[in-house]
Amino acid sequence: MELSPVSRITRGMEPILEISGLTKTYAGGFTALQGVDLTINKGEIFALLGPNGAGKTTLIGAVCGLVRPTSGTMRAFGQDMTHDWRALRARIGLVPQELATDMFETVLHSVNYSRGLFGLAPNAARIEEILRALSLWDKRKAQIRALSGGMKRRVLIAKALAHEPDLLFLDEPTAGVDVELRRDMWAQIAQLRDRGTTIILTTHYIEEAEEMADRVGIIQAGSIRMVEETRSLMKRLGRTEAHIGLATPLAVVPEVLADYNLTLVDGGQELLYRGGNGAGGGKAEVARLTKDLVANGIDYTSIDIRESSLEDIFVDLLEGAAA
Amino acid sequence: MIAFNARSAWTIYKREVLRALRTAMQSILAPVLTTTLYFVVFGAAIGSKMDSGMAGVNYGAFIVPGLLLLTLLSESTSNGSFGIYMPRFTGAIYELLSAPVGVAETLIGFVGAAATKSLILAAIILITATFFVDYTIAHPFYALGFILLVSASFSLLGFILGIWADSFEKLGIVPVLFIIPLTFLGGTFYSIDLLPEPWRSVAMANPVVYLVNGLRWCFYGSSDFPIGLSLGMTLGFLVLCVAFIAWIFRTGWRLRA
Repeated sequence: MELSPVSRITRGMEPILEISGLTKTYAGGFTALQGVDLTINKGEIFALLGPNGAGKTTLIGAVCGLVRPTSGTMRAFGQDMTHDWRALRARIGLVPQELATDMFETVLHSVNYSRGLFGLAPNAARIEEILRALSLWDKRKAQIRALSGGMKRRVLIAKALAHEPDLLFLDEPTAGVDVELRRDMWAQIAQLRDRGTTIILTTHYIEEAEEMADRVGIIQAGSIRMVEETRSLMKRLGRTEAHIGLATPLAVVPEVLADYNLTLVDGGQELLYRGGNGAGGGKAEVARLTKDLVANGIDYTSIDIRESSLEDIFVDLLEGAAA
Repeated sequence: MIAFNARSAWTIYKREVLRALRTAMQSILAPVLTTTLYFVVFGAAIGSKMDSGMAGVNYGAFIVPGLLLLTLLSESTSNGSFGIYMPRFTGAIYELLSAPVGVAETLIGFVGAAATKSLILAAIILITATFFVDYTIAHPFYALGFILLVSASFSLLGFILGIWADSFEKLGIVPVLFIIPLTFLGGTFYSIDLLPEPWRSVAMANPVVYLVNGLRWCFYGSSDFPIGLSLGMTLGFLVLCVAFIAWIFRTGWRLRA
């Protein structure tokens, strides 16, 4: 799924959530958050990435009222979250990581309950719209326990959308969901953002963040290591890698190709190119390289070219931080 | 500033009552059947052989308030605890904690529903009792108020239990090990005036004694203690439970990490 160019742009810079100096130390002494500072802008999709135990779920829990912060401040919609918390929470939705709900309820009843719980009057038309958008309308009378895992997860999304939140947290929204359904969900999340909902998601499918997020934040050991626009991060740290299979093995990289970042691998049978800038520059350079190979009589049998993914960057950053 | 979300409270209440109806066999039929068996065995069978009655009342009629309380206390506690424990157990509590609801909405929703279930049970039990024993209610409004107060108080206790418990074993242990024995020893089947010393004095330390006697006064106009004492103790217990739950919400004890 390719998002429209406009949706790739972070809309305005009006902050919708401002977290400052947030810390959380659990009763056992484990510090899950260490002075987190984070600002989320209205209308964006923000992906929070981090290894297991980095503090992603604790951070979401702190904003949504599931976790009591040890210190720090949180402002949502321009107001301190400790003041008039009812009004602020009514504008925030949460899709949890675990499939946790009353499995004996029907889909429709469960979603209606969520709307009422957040203080909104029943609205059959709106609920129908949500259920249809999530392909759940035909299952509205089914008990949730009878649904597949992917459908259960969509029920949780429908429950979170039932009160029409302005700010939506999705904690691992596509965990355990097959590839096709995952792409459906991406489309639905993109639609939500197009309607003006600000979305913060955590995911361990980094492809998901790369595909959808306007900005990514990397959290590790309870601290935010980096926050950057996805495109500029890819451009800054992205690389192109090309494996060129040679018809005749070489002993050394020819002098005429010295301008390229090349190494010989696989016993001289393959030229490995690394370069570019994550924004297409590498591909253009590989194209020039292939012309130079032909011009200098160096025959090749295959070319395997790939751009480094956000996952590569993410792993590099974490390894760099660990080192 | 929103101080109270009435629709949220109503939504929780409605859902919990519907959940009880969904499990009517367990929630309503089972306790009614058990109480009916007590009426048959102790009221109709054994009671009919006790010509002198108890405390001036026919024995079958004498045990009606106590048996009613036995069911009310155990069912209110169970219903109150189960309603909040299940979402904690399944993880669905996240929705309640992230919603714009505080202690007032939560209590009205969960405890109100548990108390409602108890009132439905009380009505069914009292109707059922008429088939086995002859009884009267001397002070029906007091009786209604007292039943309401007891149902609410023990539903609150159940709510605390549901937050405290971290296993089904703990959830069941309080009603089985404390509520039912205290009710049996609280004068359900006898007047504590019949107990010799020191057991009578020991029995006075059992709070359920005051509840049983309070309800018995509502039925027959006489009891071992003044009605004011029973009402005061029940009301005090209710206030204590509400204060404790308010503390739970303020501190997040066993609710928020």
